[in-house]
Amino acid sequence: MAFKQMTAAEVSKKVINKTDLFILDVRNESDFNDWKIEGQNFEFLNIPYFDLLDGVEEILDQIPANKEILVVCAKEGSSVMVAEMLSEAGLDVFYLKGGMKAWSEHLEPVRIGELTNGAEIYQFVRLGKGCLSYMVVSNGEAAIIDSTRMIDAYLDFADDIGVKITHVLDTHLHADHISGGRRIAEVTNAAYWLPPKDAAEVTFEYQPLESGNVITIGHTAIDIQALYSPGHTIGSTSFVVDQKYLLSGDILFIDSIGRPDLAGLAEDWVRDLRETLYTRYKELSEELIVLPSHFMIIDELNEDGSVAKKLGSLFAENHGLNIAEETEFRELVTGNLPPQPNAYQEIRETNMGKIEPDDEKQREMEIGPNRCAVR
Amino acid sequence: MIKTNSVLDAKGFACPMPIVKTKKAMNGLEAGEVLEVQATDKGSTADMKAWAESSGHQYLGTVEEGTTLKHYLRKASGEETEVKKHEKIISNEELLQVMEENRNMIILDVRESAEYAFNHIPGARTLPMGELEQRMGELDIESEIFVICRTGSRSDLAAQKLTGAGFEQVFNVVPGMSQWNGPSQKSVNE
Repeated sequence: MAFKQMTAAEVSKKVINKTDLFILDVRNESDFNDWKIEGQNFEFLNIPYFDLLDGVEEILDQIPANKEILVVCAKEGSSVMVAEMLSEAGLDVFYLKGGMKAWSEHLEPVRIGELTNGAEIYQFVRLGKGCLSYMVVSNGEAAIIDSTRMIDAYLDFADDIGVKITHVLDTHLHADHISGGRRIAEVTNAAYWLPPKDAAEVTFEYQPLESGNVITIGHTAIDIQALYSPGHTIGSTSFVVDQKYLLSGDILFIDSIGRPDLAGLAEDWVRDLRETLYTRYKELSEELIVLPSHFMIIDELNEDGSVAKKLGSLFAENHGLNIAEETEFRELVTGNLPPQPNAYQEIRETNMGKIEPDDEKQREMEIGPNRCAVR
Repeated sequence: MIKTNSVLDAKGFACPMPIVKTKKAMNGLEAGEVLEVQATDKGSTADMKAWAESSGHQYLGTVEEGTTLKHYLRKASGEETEVKKHEKIISNEELLQVMEENRNMIILDVRESAEYAFNHIPGARTLPMGELEQRMGELDIESEIFVICRTGSRSDLAAQKLTGAGFEQVFNVVPGMSQWNGPSQKSVNE
């Protein structure tokens, strides 16, 4: 029987459409346990490729006959080998093109909605890593917020819809992924905005993003209002777009809240985080739709693949917004924290411009889940 | 320089080739022999470890030299199951006590040079089992000798040989480095 490739984009559609898929992940167990493709109707079997070098006969009875089968490895090579063996044993199988590397880098653009005067906002869902970035489009111009390092995805998308990127913003100095903000700004001559309190050590020029700044996209004036909201980092800034959307960065997620420890100052920033979540955000309209910079689990995705929910609903449902006692809150965000993201110190230094790792190294630094939240 | 029985060049190969080639090379080695695998695939370190664990071989460690990763593996030997014959035995804990007394003595590590390189007791002398007979003369016959290996089996054999050659104060350290919690060091940069 045959074996064919399946692209990360095709797997994304299956995640969003909740399609059935059987994934045979042939990476070693620790890599699989650390991080894998997630889908609501996906079934998994993890057998390292090196246990299959002598043949796949022993695992054939563990592979269902009535489902699509996808073999996955780190970079593709081993999954091709195993897919070929399975096809020789009579199965129809796919392998993931580019492996987990491609999965980690794939961005799925989802249209979130319309703004006044025909403007639009898009969310770029990085399913493999749980990162979310945004493009606000108005009258031929675009702003990009919290971009990943896969800058071609944004540049190509902007070309396709015929808009010019004029502003690039990061809500904070990221520790889990390498920002593409500076490079997009260089390529497009756009302004690059960063919160100055997070940018104290950066080695390049930027526009200081401060509370009260209003950045206008297109001449029909879609406003992005900066709202200082420290807690995940000291400079963390949220944006209110067109009085309708709250881009909450890594402060507030759908089912969790930001962790305050990635710059090494958990104790100092707990109070800021609480102040932002329990006071500053409380003063905003409950009708705002929260658009965070991450999701943690696949259940946070809406039917259309977007990650978005009304602020009022989050105040009602998100555990992190409903802890009355400050001591309990402190315990949640400083005790029992999940492991820190892979290479997070090096990632911060890269985002400050202090080090410039090559593409291969950047890819390696970003391997694994994002781990920016606490639940 | 770490001495090995064989060197495999898997540089420039992507996964799964480094492991495929390593598995093949291992088949050509005798039990207990050491293989150096040179690879450039970054993922090969984690996979070597996991593969060695699942196949019963011993992963000793990896040294990074520029862009080359040198992995060291020792072929499964089945030595854990052998019966020990040398009568003078001391435990790891007892050896630690002896070390604290600062007595004039020798800790003789008879494992392969690659095993020694990645983890050994500070001050221990390395004398791999295979070279013991010809280099025995380097040792002071009057001295107390504590022979150690990974599981107490090679050191059992070494202790018997030393006793046979006239050494009188020879102890086998059981179980040896596999369970060692005392001070240890490396002689390579990982």
